[in-house]
Amino acid sequence: MTTEEHKHSDNVVEITGLKYRVGDKAIFDRLNISIPRGKVTAIMGPSGTGKTTLLRVMTGQVLPDRGRVMVEGRNVARLTTGELYELRTQMGFLFQNGALFTDSTVYENVAFPIREHTRLPEALIRHIVLMKLQAVGLRGAAAMMPTELSGGMARRVALARAIAMDPKIIFYDEPFVGLDPISMGVIVRLIRVLNDSLGLTSIIVSHDVDEVNAVSDQSYLISNGKVVAYGTPEELEHNKSAWVRQFMKGLADGPVPFHYPAPDYASQLLGEVDT
Amino acid sequence: MRLLREAYYIILGFLQMLGAAGFFLAQMLRHVPKALMRPRLIFQQVFNVGAMSLVLILIAGLFVGMVMGLQGYNTLSKFAATSALGTLVALSLLRELGPVVTALLFAGRAGTALTSEIGLMRATEQIAGMEMMAVDPVQRIVVPRFLAGVISMPLLVGIFNAVGLLGGYLVGVVLMGVDAGAFWGQIHGTVDLHEDFWTGVIKSVVFGIATTLVAVFEGYYAHPTAEGVSRATTRTVVNSALLVLALDYLLTAFMF
Repeated sequence: MTTEEHKHSDNVVEITGLKYRVGDKAIFDRLNISIPRGKVTAIMGPSGTGKTTLLRVMTGQVLPDRGRVMVEGRNVARLTTGELYELRTQMGFLFQNGALFTDSTVYENVAFPIREHTRLPEALIRHIVLMKLQAVGLRGAAAMMPTELSGGMARRVALARAIAMDPKIIFYDEPFVGLDPISMGVIVRLIRVLNDSLGLTSIIVSHDVDEVNAVSDQSYLISNGKVVAYGTPEELEHNKSAWVRQFMKGLADGPVPFHYPAPDYASQLLGEVDT
Repeated sequence: MRLLREAYYIILGFLQMLGAAGFFLAQMLRHVPKALMRPRLIFQQVFNVGAMSLVLILIAGLFVGMVMGLQGYNTLSKFAATSALGTLVALSLLRELGPVVTALLFAGRAGTALTSEIGLMRATEQIAGMEMMAVDPVQRIVVPRFLAGVISMPLLVGIFNAVGLLGGYLVGVVLMGVDAGAFWGQIHGTVDLHEDFWTGVIKSVVFGIATTLVAVFEGYYAHPTAEGVSRATTRTVVNSALLVLALDYLLTAFMF
């Protein structure tokens, strides 16, 4: 095995020197990230740092301005649509809102990718769908419509759909947002169990520190387009950087100030500066 | 000077939209052979797009025919030519009113439904979800709807014309006392299969392509917000109506 091939087999995703701008704002500035195979890796950072955009770059939904994004040893930006779709059959993607098809039942939602990509007989599709729903604990909800589901249930159905084609990599976009504590616990457990039992590589984008610490093997902290810290949850907890401490402990004030930049308060109240 | 610049940007925007819609049409046509392999998806949409517009088309067709019968009778009776009422109603419906009114109603009923459905799928990330499952949304979502619109329109126009003729008959013959033999005989004698019937069919197919293309294009590229989808839906009605009327003039000028 050559060094290059060896590198690919160790890291599922390898991002080097990623640059991406939206208008005048640099979202990523020479960002480097490696996602090791078989692990749960989290990408954390404050809202608006481009965490979701990073997932979209990894999955080829957004093309980088510069830099190299290798997924399973293939440069995502250089793939044709057909090649990209072929690569995506190895990926599962859990959208923040689930992105379930609202005009189909839970069963049909999970069956969708199987029907689209295979010519399996109906009886076999039924078995696969029921197995996937059983894995997320929602076999009993197969006949329900997505509008009848709670937020947590919808996310679990979306998870069942994401693993329907037995992917190698699964991407979670803010999986803990807006869930009650029980649903949150269920999702945390599912991410871990699915990752270990199916031999997946999981990539989570989130800003929920406690949940991420409970499930991830290692985390990247990104801010202002760069990686500011990397390590296991314990290493990040004991990180010396004031910024990392503020983020991990959720402190209101620190290197990231409480106040958004504004003109002098008194001058503004007295009308000396425009609002 | 400012006026000129604004006019320039409006024309530029229009041309850009025209180009984008052209590319989108080409992209759809590339997927048509594959979409035809799954006729069930198309039939489902023929039901959603065509059958669901049926009641509207039936009622509108009947009233348009009745109005034509009444107006025609009043005008023709001045010249003692009420026996030509059948010809008047039939030619008006086949050549103009059938395709144009059906297309306008279709844009309002089915076009808006298509735009808002596809736009909301975009806004709720269902389209992105499909792309992530390695399924091409143009092939799976857009093309079956487009084909359904193109298939439905001539059928709806045919139904509109038939019901319209019935409306003209009810008012002209049953209510006003025009001779039934003269009514149908005139139609039989003057309506030409090629000149009148097929040109109407050609119009309905062209309008079907135009209105459905506008609807799916606006939906697919709608801004993924509530406001974006509502704007796209409005644009569907306005652009479809203008396009149908402009195309109607061009087709009439070329064919008759």
